[in-house]
Amino acid sequence: MLGRLSWAAIPLNEPLPLIAGAAVVIVILAVLLTITVKGWWPYLWREWITSVDHKRIGVMYVVLGLVMLLRGYADAIMMRTQQAIAIGDAQGYLPPGHYDQIFSAHGSIMIFFVAMPLVIGLMNFAVPLQLGVRDVAFPVLNSVSFWLTATGALLINLSLVIGNFARTGWMGYPPLSGLAFSPDVGVDYYLWSLQISGIGTLLTGVNFVTTILKLRAPGMTYFRMPVFCWTALAANLLIIAAFPILTATFVMLLLDRYLGMHFFTNDAGGNQMMYVNLFWAWGHPEVYILILPAFGIFAEVVAAFSGKGLFSYRSMVWATLGICILSFMVWLHHFFTMGAGADVNAFFGIMSSIIAVPTGVKVFNWLFTMFRGRIVFRTPMLFAVGFIVTFVIGGLTGVLLAVPPVDFVLHNSTFLVAHFHNVIIGGVVFGALAGINYWFPKAFGFTLDERFGHASFWCWLIGFYLAFTPLYALGLMGMTRRLEHIPDPSWRPLLLVAEAGAIVIFCGILCQIAQLYVSIRTRERRLDLTGDPWNGRTLEWSTSSPPPAYNFAVLPRVETIDAFWHMKRVGRPPVEPAYEAIEMPRNSPAGFIIAFFATIMGFSLIWQIWWLAILGFLAAATVVLIAGWSTEREHEIPADRIAQMERAR
Amino acid sequence: MTTVAIDRIPTSVPTELARGRGGGGPASKRVVVAYGFWIFILSDMVMFSALFAAYAVLRDNTAGGPTGAELFNLRNVFIETMCLLFSSYTCGLGALSAERRQPGRFLIFAVLTFVLGAAFLFIEVSEFARMVEKGAGPSRSAFLSAFFTLVGTHGIHVASGLVALIYLGGQMIANGLRAAVLRRLLCWSLFWHALDIVWVGVFTLVYLMGDWH
Amino acid sequence: MTDTYEHLFDDRTPGVEEHEPTASYLSYTVGLALAILATIASFVVSQTDLLWPPGIPVGLIVLAFAQIGVHLVFFLHLGSGADSTNNILALAFGMLIVFLVITGSIWIIANLNSNMMSMQ
Repeated sequence: MLGRLSWAAIPLNEPLPLIAGAAVVIVILAVLLTITVKGWWPYLWREWITSVDHKRIGVMYVVLGLVMLLRGYADAIMMRTQQAIAIGDAQGYLPPGHYDQIFSAHGSIMIFFVAMPLVIGLMNFAVPLQLGVRDVAFPVLNSVSFWLTATGALLINLSLVIGNFARTGWMGYPPLSGLAFSPDVGVDYYLWSLQISGIGTLLTGVNFVTTILKLRAPGMTYFRMPVFCWTALAANLLIIAAFPILTATFVMLLLDRYLGMHFFTNDAGGNQMMYVNLFWAWGHPEVYILILPAFGIFAEVVAAFSGKGLFSYRSMVWATLGICILSFMVWLHHFFTMGAGADVNAFFGIMSSIIAVPTGVKVFNWLFTMFRGRIVFRTPMLFAVGFIVTFVIGGLTGVLLAVPPVDFVLHNSTFLVAHFHNVIIGGVVFGALAGINYWFPKAFGFTLDERFGHASFWCWLIGFYLAFTPLYALGLMGMTRRLEHIPDPSWRPLLLVAEAGAIVIFCGILCQIAQLYVSIRTRERRLDLTGDPWNGRTLEWSTSSPPPAYNFAVLPRVETIDAFWHMKRVGRPPVEPAYEAIEMPRNSPAGFIIAFFATIMGFSLIWQIWWLAILGFLAAATVVLIAGWSTEREHEIPADRIAQMERAR
Repeated sequence: MTTVAIDRIPTSVPTELARGRGGGGPASKRVVVAYGFWIFILSDMVMFSALFAAYAVLRDNTAGGPTGAELFNLRNVFIETMCLLFSSYTCGLGALSAERRQPGRFLIFAVLTFVLGAAFLFIEVSEFARMVEKGAGPSRSAFLSAFFTLVGTHGIHVASGLVALIYLGGQMIANGLRAAVLRRLLCWSLFWHALDIVWVGVFTLVYLMGDWH
Repeated sequence: MTDTYEHLFDDRTPGVEEHEPTASYLSYTVGLALAILATIASFVVSQTDLLWPPGIPVGLIVLAFAQIGVHLVFFLHLGSGADSTNNILALAFGMLIVFLVITGSIWIIANLNSNMMSMQ
């Protein structure tokens, strides 16, 4: 009746997950209780949960990402601590089965539920505003995407409290992830959580490619788009191209696990190398999906805070498109050691080195933008400079790893771990934090506190170097990744430094929380009344802060790159434009309700409660059909209401 | 409306004025929806390519079990192919009728398309059942897992398309051929033609390549 | 809806072409005929000795591409004008990815398999 689910699924005899799970449940209940007592549900339902406004959805994505950052960080500090104390004879506090779940959850959560939501959230918020339009191409689909991502996050966190998570690492390689060696629910949590959120991500890709290519303000030809929109386009093209591969690969592993098929089994002809091959055919484009929007954010930030237009816009665009295409030709570098011949390894090694070139072009463009500019070191600019230094180092270690014989020594060592954290933290996290600080005033009407912003930057920067430079050294000394116990006591000093670094990063996170708290409490002192707190160059700064639901009362007429900069130089027309009624999409509960049933379906599939899974699927499908029947999806904002809102600016 | 000589109607528009593609502002809803669906279809093609790749790699891993040459019935495959191809044809004619606001003719072509698609599925399911009965089900070998998954995924897409056709037919009957319904029918026909394109890949690479002598 | 020239400012949608009435029925019928021919040819090539046997896989692939082209042109009305550029570019991108995934996987796995110890 309840499949594999029983009371034994709750880890009553394992103190660590029990306490962690209990803490999470208590926090969630406290939040829900507060909302209920204060009567905020109608507001939340009306303004956020059923919203199809890209700005609201963007904020929700970023909130999801930041909350999950705390969970991902908790996993990280547990691993660092275990490695700092379980050296030589000491056994540490985490048994291997737990440690394996922690590193698997850490990777899965950080990639899929921190980095992706942060990047997608920032694209959601800024792209339509920068394009000078009112919303994305498919607003209801946008809401569905967000809520399906939230479903995935919920499922993966449920594994802490009910059952267990995968012990396979975040990549889930068979045969370890197959039924024979992982018969429990862990891998199923991993697969279903990521499949469901993967659908959401794919729909985002469709949405944004269509928006960027088909919905832009009048006069905005392709080469007048802001660079962030170009990088968003490239990233979303990669989403469309890569995520289906992951979907298919996970389907094959699910079929092995659920229906006894033999794609990746040891017997009956399965080929596990095919999983690795297909996984990384998705996996490499995935990291470019993460980094390209960060590159775009830095292009905006560096230009804005240097008071200069971006150096060589065209080469930026071509470099972006080059990276987009090349990112599909390098994936084998993730498995140089799997046994391919020299010809195959050499081809992919060379391609991996070549892909560094357009990135180098971008770095030089940022630097030349800063050259002879009037630089203002606001928080976003600090992150930009920190990024340039840190990411270049990480990229260089990447080019080192791209040489197959070097990789033979360093594959799956902590050198690799340091490399990818170098580029992800230095690139994606710094980019997300820069973007959040940069666009926060636009979203909420007041800037963030600068002192705590600076403090969080320095903590993140110093913390990162302390935490990961030792890992480079340890990797060269032969330390493998994912070690639950450290055999060599001479590694202790470096591991202690790494632990210190993790603690400094925690201080950075605390500074961010403090920054939010202080900024909200003292917001009256930092109100953004003009809508343009940074003397910006792109169209989002021409709206009020926050913008009205319709973004632009009259779609701007674009004549150049950096359209708003041009508008400021030329001056606004003195006559008030003739406002017309605007049609905006209505709110829709479809996204939330579909995700609700998807959660039930996912949970039931994991625990093999077949009747409930079918019900959940049918319910979700019914909601889709009902939502797809309607033809009246918009409501009109009358012209005089618009005039009233515009005059109140 | 002033009459314009047929040779003066521009066939395309300069970039500064083109909507969507150029500087003409946002494209119309019909173009936006169709393009978005086109992109979605391309993503679906990529998913099929991963399944094709898995099939290509695993096709010789028969684990001592039956091979494609022993199992495939090419006469049935030919009939399936013709059914799907003709259903694409009737789909196209139905789309034309819809555009010309001819609900009666549209429904006739929709029914024909449905019947041909259902015939395709019937033959395919019978083939699958026959193979499973012979002990050549998807859990017999990696080759069969890949075969059933690739061809079965295509079949699930066809089945979903038929369900959607009923759904959209219902919309047309209830709401008439208004703009929103026309957009959805356009998306459906894109989907259906794309499935026929995938089938060309399937019957060529799976059935014919597996069985040539 | 067909009275204004507004639609000319838009790109073409892949799919129905509503503004060339006489062309369309013909387009679908010609497409069907060509596709039937290509299908029959594929079956003939595969089941007979008409084509030099080692060349059969290549012949089948060529015929498949031809038939896909017929579908794209005659059923999906993918043209070459400037207003079809977005559709063609998207298609080209998709085809590139499909090509890379399939040929890349075949090349890589064949290479890896050849370096594996034989099971028998």
